[in-house]
Amino acid sequence: MLELAALTAFFMLVQYMITVGILNQYYQINLTSMCINIILAVSLNLINGFTGQLSLGHAGFMAVGAYSSVVMTQMLGQPFIIGILAACLSAALAGFVIGVPTLRLRGDYLAIATLGFGEIIRVVLQNIDYIGGPAGIVGISKLTTWTWLFAGTVVSTLVIVNLINSSYGRAIISIREDEIASEVMGINTTRYKVLAFVVGALFAGFAGALYAHYFYIIKPETFSFLKSFDVLVMVVLGGLGSTTGAVIAAVFITVLTAALQTFPAVRMILYALILIIVMIYRPQGLMGNREFSLKIFG
Amino acid sequence: MSLLEIKGLNKSFGGLSALLEFDFRLAKNELIGLIGPNGAGKTTVFNLITGVYKPDKGKIIFAGEDITGLPAYKICRKGVARTFQNIRLFNNLSVLDNVRIALHKAVSYGLLAAVFRMPSYFAGERLIEQEALRYLEIFDLADKKNEIASNLPYGEQRRLEVARALATRPTLLILDEPAAGMNPYETQELMQLIRWIRDDFNISILLIEHDMSLVMGVCERIYVLDYGQVIAEGGPEEIRNNKRVIEAYLGEEVG
Amino acid sequence: MLEFFQQAVNGLSLGAIYALIALGYTMVYGIILLINFAHGDIMMVGAYVGFFSISLLGSNILVAMIFAMVTCAVLGVLIEKIAYKPLRNSTRIAALITAIGVSLFLEYITIFLLGATQRVFPASAFPAKYYNLMGIVISNKDIFIIVSAVLLMIVLHYIIKRTRTGKAMRAVSLDREAAVLMGISVDRTISVTFAIGSSLAAAAGVLVGVYYNTINPLMGIIPGLKAFVAAVLGGIGIIPGAMVGGFVMGILETMVSGYGSSLYRDAAAFGILILILLVKPTGLFGKNNGEKV
Repeated sequence: MLELAALTAFFMLVQYMITVGILNQYYQINLTSMCINIILAVSLNLINGFTGQLSLGHAGFMAVGAYSSVVMTQMLGQPFIIGILAACLSAALAGFVIGVPTLRLRGDYLAIATLGFGEIIRVVLQNIDYIGGPAGIVGISKLTTWTWLFAGTVVSTLVIVNLINSSYGRAIISIREDEIASEVMGINTTRYKVLAFVVGALFAGFAGALYAHYFYIIKPETFSFLKSFDVLVMVVLGGLGSTTGAVIAAVFITVLTAALQTFPAVRMILYALILIIVMIYRPQGLMGNREFSLKIFG
Repeated sequence: MSLLEIKGLNKSFGGLSALLEFDFRLAKNELIGLIGPNGAGKTTVFNLITGVYKPDKGKIIFAGEDITGLPAYKICRKGVARTFQNIRLFNNLSVLDNVRIALHKAVSYGLLAAVFRMPSYFAGERLIEQEALRYLEIFDLADKKNEIASNLPYGEQRRLEVARALATRPTLLILDEPAAGMNPYETQELMQLIRWIRDDFNISILLIEHDMSLVMGVCERIYVLDYGQVIAEGGPEEIRNNKRVIEAYLGEEVG
Repeated sequence: MLEFFQQAVNGLSLGAIYALIALGYTMVYGIILLINFAHGDIMMVGAYVGFFSISLLGSNILVAMIFAMVTCAVLGVLIEKIAYKPLRNSTRIAALITAIGVSLFLEYITIFLLGATQRVFPASAFPAKYYNLMGIVISNKDIFIIVSAVLLMIVLHYIIKRTRTGKAMRAVSLDREAAVLMGISVDRTISVTFAIGSSLAAAAGVLVGVYYNTINPLMGIIPGLKAFVAAVLGGIGIIPGAMVGGFVMGILETMVSGYGSSLYRDAAAFGILILILLVKPTGLFGKNNGEKV
């Protein structure tokens, strides 16, 4: 109960600061990126951290979500909520279509195959004239509000945390721990890998919809595999398998990105060093698989 | 009627034959041992029965059903559970979670109930935890339920693996070298435990073991494998005096 | 029909470049089971070293290539020692993540130091000439690329089949523990593998400069990925497989650009990758090896 109150208070405080203008445009943009990054990191962590299947195609699902929501709201004149539903469903569907064949592959092969699919999604988007081809879509109305961002972040995180702390989540984690033992214990590992992949993709699509309706413009280039690597850096830094870690790392990386806005190369060099150093000296990430718990539903 | 029947099973790896025309029969409630020198193909038999490998040829009938080539998780659901020679626990998870994972098929709530924390989730989780604790108590691990599995001492890891296998509610339990790394006293304890499991859970047990005293002491019937073929089959006394078995083991320890 | 052969010839030089890069991927994978994601970026460094030795030192193309090969051999060994060696006993995923880190590092340190702008590879290093063979046009560039790539492959083949080092490499990739027992120094063998693989990539980098006339810090990404696809196509870890795979990829790519849309060129490579992984993940020349239980 206490946590629920704290979250509500935080929401209202930020809303107030936006309304009276304490949080200017600059801070609002970063706040938006932060929420979107949290959703991306937490959802990728479900795939990479909890299921132990390295996916490098998260940006592809984000792109699917971004484009389908924009088609709904801008081209077909539907309300934002329909756009968001379309984003989630289409990204989940893409996750299913890509996941079913590729999740049979192990480890590094899966990583490269997902990277390939992510790039294929991008190239396909570039070749569809209806959605602007390589130039993308400009002039998207700004429908993503603080309320949407906040609720979206909280709901995404909660859904994933609740999933993990259930029998389904334990089945998912057992795949990471020992796929053969898991299978022998009666767990249909393929099914749970696909489940994790689909849920992860769904929230990436959601993040894509929020992104598109805040930043005015989307183009295929935005969702290249470098975007997937961004999210990977967050997940690796926070600790593969810790939702708390993913959230903290997403916040940290967003702040770092903002601070280094004028030095993009330095930012990427830092990302690179984070990946290398974390893997060598602290492969479990900052948080390992520990969590701070937030109990909202009891 | 036999619970498990294997006919003409063959498996080779990269041209090397690991198992040749393997025939096998196990009755309900039987306790059978599978022995043989290193590399004789014993673990291959286990991997084929439990669906970890697919056979090249032959049939595996379990409880009257053809399970040849089924995926491992389906074979588990038909009632076959196993442990591994080199213990394969879910190492970074708690002792309790290890058993809870094995109880997965007993879960009564749906995905949405889990995600939205509906009452059926809480009821289902309570049930699973109680059930898991029951297995941990049997194996004297209940007070370690929150420990990380890999932090347990070796003997307890072995027990946890058996507890986890039993939690899938098998009718056939397959143990791959359960006494490996145990001292004679622990082996004695294990023998009693194995008999007790068979009687109390009313299941069949098939085990691979190097420790002859254990095999001879506990198994009712023994199959001897050498170079992927059955060279003898019978009760402990018969096997002890079988000439081919003695030859196969020449240079190796004979209990 | 003439058109078809023309495309095939065009694809040959690109394929030779992919084959050179793919060799490094496949050698490293064969020996430490790592997808060296940074391999394409080593090629980029090679292209830059070649570029500077031509434009600053005025060396000719062959000297530039040797210069690039030596520099990148050292770079490859350093990367292995610093970034990959500490992870030799970690999971393959951890090693792959590190390799992605190294890849980003090489790309952005180059941008940081030299700027992100594209540079024109000195045309004076290689004045273009064209020859007409029964209606098929071939340039001296293409001939140069194909000949130098094939020569390097012959040298590599000799090293692997005929020298002690080559034997050690084959032994380590077959069974590392047994190789140690036979007195082979695994560390040294891995270093040599990185050195050879990286120098081949460097040569490819200079050839890419000749082929496309321009170089930039991110030039390694796409050819690197395509060469990886080539290595997988041929069966990763198998050296002749990488050569064949490289040529197949190059020819396929020019065919897709020539007959289809060049926009789909990159997607085609990934399409092939996914197709192989799903149909025959061990590649054209590979054998099946299941996980030991």
